[in-house]
Amino acid sequence: MNPLLTVSGLTVRFQLRDAVVAAVTGLDLTVRPGELLAVVGESGCGKSVLAHALLGLLPANAAVSGKALLTRAVGPPGPVDLLACGEKTLAREIRGRRIGLIPQSPATALTVVRRGRRLLAETLRAHRRDPGLADQVAREAGLDPADLERYPFELSGGMAQRLATALALAGEPPLLIADEPTGGLDRPLVDHTLDLLRRRCDDGAAVLLITHDLAAAERVADTVAVMYAGRIVEHRPARELFSAPAHPYSRGLLDALPDREFRAVAGHPPMLTALPRGCAFAARCDRVSGACAIQPAGPVACHHPLTTAEAPA
Amino acid sequence: MSLVADGVSAGYHGRRVLTDASLTIGAGETVGLRGPSGSGKSTLVRVLALLHAPDAGHVTLDGERIAGVRHRVPASVRTRIGVLFQSPRAASDPRLTLADLIAEPLRAVRHPRERIAGRVAELADRAGLTADLLVRRPHAVSDGQLQRACLARALVHRPRYLLCDEATTMLDASTQALVAAVITAEQQATGMGVLVVSHDPALLSRWADRVTEVR
Repeated sequence: MNPLLTVSGLTVRFQLRDAVVAAVTGLDLTVRPGELLAVVGESGCGKSVLAHALLGLLPANAAVSGKALLTRAVGPPGPVDLLACGEKTLAREIRGRRIGLIPQSPATALTVVRRGRRLLAETLRAHRRDPGLADQVAREAGLDPADLERYPFELSGGMAQRLATALALAGEPPLLIADEPTGGLDRPLVDHTLDLLRRRCDDGAAVLLITHDLAAAERVADTVAVMYAGRIVEHRPARELFSAPAHPYSRGLLDALPDREFRAVAGHPPMLTALPRGCAFAARCDRVSGACAIQPAGPVACHHPLTTAEAPA
Repeated sequence: MSLVADGVSAGYHGRRVLTDASLTIGAGETVGLRGPSGSGKSTLVRVLALLHAPDAGHVTLDGERIAGVRHRVPASVRTRIGVLFQSPRAASDPRLTLADLIAEPLRAVRHPRERIAGRVAELADRAGLTADLLVRRPHAVSDGQLQRACLARALVHRPRYLLCDEATTMLDASTQALVAAVITAEQQATGMGVLVVSHDPALLSRWADRVTEVR
């Protein structure tokens, strides 16, 4: 199937008073209809910046380059470039309609002075759908319609999360971006949220799941992109990555899981204001050599990837 | 030697969230605590940390029954218990640099100034915080870096008991493993008792010696 979203060479820089933050560098990825792609990595690796760049939600000091082509449903033929189409197109055609966002910390993303029902009904109306569908959309998101009568501050973290999900589903977008949708939820709720995303995929939507939670990615993802210091270092089918990680950083992250070695990756991530010229992971890597002074590329961005035999089972 | 909650019931503004809960954390022991959202785990941690007065029951610290909470308890008693909260952002003063954040509990009890810097440097090193991070304020560091500063702060008084309330839930796997390793090393050196509150069965079965449940 043709990709729904094709990102190539996405680069985001933030201009600070006395430094430039290299938040995302030369990022390539594709998402197909029915695919759940998980982007994983440590906090500060650039995964949320990726989501915000695609939706045109970056602050004014951000400089974005590259391409992000999204298939159009109506209008002129050919895909739309999310990075070049401008605010008007994003607001009218993309946000909520082609791409739904489940934001990080939904409790702070909801308008506090409106009840859930009014938020959802007005969102449905904006998408030219019947506001009477609110109960049905709420149920799809796992929210009891009775809870729509509450104000956001009366909702628990899990309920606010489900209301935000309902709002994202209201426009029936073919691409859903979920930015840390499981933060602060307990296990049953995490599993419920993940299963909901999985169901959307099985119904033909595409999902970009941004998470630090490897167990979550392992549960539902078809493909996984591991990000480190603003670059994707390993991009492979989930089953392969979790059974035989090839990039030393991916292996390190998996080894840190409590049901594996429970051992942290040695050292610390580099400063995004002063990235090395070559591989950004070299300073923490036990396989480093002279070759690592040159930036590696490919689906496994490493000059010395692990073989299947070396990877933990 | 132990930190004990004995028949604790507690709530907020007359609304009961925890009823007759008992829990013992022995010296050198790591106790896991789990339970569904809203079961009162965090409230139990607040009671054990002497931050919240129970409506019934009491807390016993190394055999001494504690009366009162917060500043009514002598500092020498309060500092025997360290707490690491779920959200490092909500638990840190945005005006302080990370170094001042770690030093604050020492300054609060008028620890000799010349000994503070050394203690901060030692703990920052153990938590993996480099000098360039210590001069920054919370907004300029990641959640993982800030939680490591909060960990250093929690250990600064060499507490006999450390309470971790979902302290690694929002951290990536590597930072979670690092935080757990720093706590375990401190525990092996000092015989500190540790309470780990978590939803994650894999984390509890790996980290805790035994797991109890709040219902």
